[in-house]
Amino acid sequence: MRLEYFQLIDRIVALDLKQRTIKVEAQVPVESTVFEGHFPGHPLMPGVLLIESMAQTSGWLIIGQMRFERMPFLAAVKEAKLRSFVRPGAKLELSATLEHEGSGYAVTKASVAHEGKTVCDAEITFRVMPFPSPDFRKVMEETANRIGFPMGALTDG
Amino acid sequence: MSSTFDTVANIIAETCDIPREKIKPESHAIDDLGIDSLDFLDIAFAIDKAFGIKLPLEQWTQEVNDGKATTEQYFVLQNLSNRIDSLVAAKGA
Repeated sequence: MRLEYFQLIDRIVALDLKQRTIKVEAQVPVESTVFEGHFPGHPLMPGVLLIESMAQTSGWLIIGQMRFERMPFLAAVKEAKLRSFVRPGAKLELSATLEHEGSGYAVTKASVAHEGKTVCDAEITFRVMPFPSPDFRKVMEETANRIGFPMGALTDG
Repeated sequence: MSSTFDTVANIIAETCDIPREKIKPESHAIDDLGIDSLDFLDIAFAIDKAFGIKLPLEQWTQEVNDGKATTEQYFVLQNLSNRIDSLVAAKGA
C-alpha cells in the first residue's frame, strides 16, 4: 500500500470471473504521513481507507468482468462495519464477490481480513461507465500490470 | 399475489423512505417522488433482484438524452411496471 497515492492494492492473488470473486493482498506500510495525524502516538489505518481498499478490490473484479471496457466509480457504501483496529505493518487479505451486474451499475460485497479474522466488510455500489478517456484506460492497464492482474482470466471467464 | 406496481411501490417506499400512500401508478419517480439517480440505482437493484431481470437503464437514459423518448415513458410508475412485465415475459419466452 502507498496510502498517500491511494494505491491500496499490492497484488491480485486470484480472480475468478465465473465465480465472480477476487482475492488480493495488501500490506499496510509501517510508516506513512497518514499515521502522523491518525493518530499521534497511536497509529491506526483509517477506516475510510479500509473502505477504499474494499472498493478498489471490488473495482478490479468489475473491470475484469467488463474486460477493461468500462470503469467502475464508487457510488454507495452500505453496512460498512469496521470490526477491529488495523495497525501499521499489518498484512491484509481482501476479497470481493460481485453480487449483481446491472445496467450501468454493479453491486459487490467485500471484506478485509487480518490473520484470518475479518476486520471490516461492506456492500458497495458502483456506477459503471465507459472510460472517460483512452489515457485513463491506459493508466488502469498499467496499474493492472503492476498489481499482477491475471489477463489470462479474461479469456478463461 | 401483489401486482408489479405494488412490488415496485413497496421497493420505492422502503428504499427511499417515502410513505407508501404517496406512491401512485401515475407518480413520476423523479418529478413527483424526488428520487435521484443514486437512489434509483438502489431501486433498480431491488427490482432486478425481485423480478430476476436487468432493467436497461443505460439504454433508457440514452434514449431520453437523444430525445427519442421521454422520462415519462420509463419513470411514471405504471409505465415502469408495464416495462418490467414485458422484461419478465421476454425472459420466460
